[in-house]
Amino acid sequence: MSNAPIIEMNNMNKWFDDFHVLKNINFKVENGEKIVICGPSGSGKSTLIRCINRLESHQNGKILVDGTELTNNIKNIDRIRADVGMCFQHFNLFPHLSILDNLTLAPIWVRKESKKAASELAMHFLEKVKIADQALKYPGQLSGGQQQRVAIARALCMKPKIMLFDEPTSALDPEMVKEVLDVMVSLAEEGMTMLCVTHEMGFARQVADKVVFMDDGQIVEEAKPDEFFDNPQHERSKEFLSQILH
Amino acid sequence: MVYKFTKNPEKRTLPKAETMAKWMKRNLFSTKTNSVISLFILSGLLKIITPLFNWLFIDAVWVGDSATCRKASGACVAFIKEKFVYIIFGPYPREEIWRPGLTIFLIFALLWWSKEPSRWSKKLIKWWVSCLVVSWILMSGGFGLSLVENSQWGGLPLTIILSFIGIAISYPLGIALALGRRSSMPLIKSFCVIYIELIRGVPMISLLFMSSVMFPLFLPEGVSVDKLLRAQVAIIMFISAYMAEVVRGGLAAIPKGQYEAADALGLNYFQTMKGVILPQALKIVIPPSVNTAIGMLKDTSLVIIIALFDLLSTTKASMKDPEWLGYSVEGYFFAALIYFILCFSMGKYARRLEVEFHRGHKNREVSI
Repeated sequence: MSNAPIIEMNNMNKWFDDFHVLKNINFKVENGEKIVICGPSGSGKSTLIRCINRLESHQNGKILVDGTELTNNIKNIDRIRADVGMCFQHFNLFPHLSILDNLTLAPIWVRKESKKAASELAMHFLEKVKIADQALKYPGQLSGGQQQRVAIARALCMKPKIMLFDEPTSALDPEMVKEVLDVMVSLAEEGMTMLCVTHEMGFARQVADKVVFMDDGQIVEEAKPDEFFDNPQHERSKEFLSQILH
Repeated sequence: MVYKFTKNPEKRTLPKAETMAKWMKRNLFSTKTNSVISLFILSGLLKIITPLFNWLFIDAVWVGDSATCRKASGACVAFIKEKFVYIIFGPYPREEIWRPGLTIFLIFALLWWSKEPSRWSKKLIKWWVSCLVVSWILMSGGFGLSLVENSQWGGLPLTIILSFIGIAISYPLGIALALGRRSSMPLIKSFCVIYIELIRGVPMISLLFMSSVMFPLFLPEGVSVDKLLRAQVAIIMFISAYMAEVVRGGLAAIPKGQYEAADALGLNYFQTMKGVILPQALKIVIPPSVNTAIGMLKDTSLVIIIALFDLLSTTKASMKDPEWLGYSVEGYFFAALIYFILCFSMGKYARRLEVEFHRGHKNREVSI
């Protein structure tokens, strides 16, 4: 495998109509790197990671994912989406399908796997997120924490090279946060490339290789977690940390 | 995707049997006001039901001819018995009425078989297509059966064919139109918008007129398209515009997160629609689609204006028999009863479907 970064953004800009959400983003992610993105709400964190699998399109600049440039070319978008898994704040499981069907839908339809192979893979990942006994239930019958773990397993079933997490624990009751973070930690330990938008600073300290602090559509500071938390360089970072760490 | 259904595991547990008196005391006469309201409504019901019952059963003439009927004050059921075959089968040749009879039987038998969602498969669609082909042959003749022009078709088979085929074909068409209307491709989108708005903007009668009067004028000399077929196409065009708007309502109710999750998994547009969006959207719109379907079943009676003899037309025609003049109430009552049975079963079945599809959403209640 080459040593080229798996994600690369060069002078990337994005607008929502007149609103300039992302300003001149230059950003690299190496293969296997775990990155935590934090910052005040409205700073463009979610939009940034949603640009990586083209849930949002950027207006200028360049985004390369695993060597493929994101343009309007649908084929490229599909290839990148198959390689990039994503978990959402609100899980977004398919409520009309059983947990197992949620997991096997994309592998069967997109990766053209056999139903049997897809089910076996699905059960493997359900074991991993410790929820295999619920495989035949429906999403509405599970707790928030369980649903988010299913969502992680669903993304993993596509054998992604990169996992994006968009505030995966923000919509959970406090006692369920840990079970989801545990799954994410074990995923990180296996060497998955991860980008997490999260305010779980304990998680950031434990697994992140790099913390990216964003404010007002810009990347203000990039640093190793210890440096960032113990000795933030910028005024805005200090202010932000003082507010969330009390 | 094939849906597999097991019987609903959570059978509703009924409360322990109550005596009639206790039930009445609790539900009808719990307070003074309640008792007054109950008595008021019960006496009103009594005023309506007693004369109706007398008319239909006590004073009615069940056996006899028109002379017996004239002497009696009640309903002339004998009239319905006399005209039954004509009302149900219209001007279809008398000696051949086993053919439309068998057609209706086949369609209803297959409907009964299809009612379990677990049996919905591609094979079932093939069964339906063959059923329609067989029905067509039965009705129109060929293969050793004598030919019957479809101007001689009438009554219940005509109503059933026009409405059921109309609904069955316009449902997928409506879905396509609804998806088209939400499409980001401007040409497709504007075509769908114009189609839907245009068709919805005119009464069905005018569409039927156009199909029967104007359309032939545009055809070259000597070419003719069957009148029944033209009416059927007009009905399909009309229903599909309505279905499109019903389905669009369902599509609009699906949260954006569902699309995003499907996108993030790499599903393409058709996979997203087929596997994620439509199964949810169509479930939401079961009640309004059935509403549209019921409306359409009754609207097929408008084909009378282009001289097709549907159930209501044959009923009206029966009343014109000089020997049996004056029994229109009985006639309409009978026709209404058949329409009611058809529409009520559709509504009842739809509620069952709703319950069956309502799974996994423990936070949402379906009211029955």
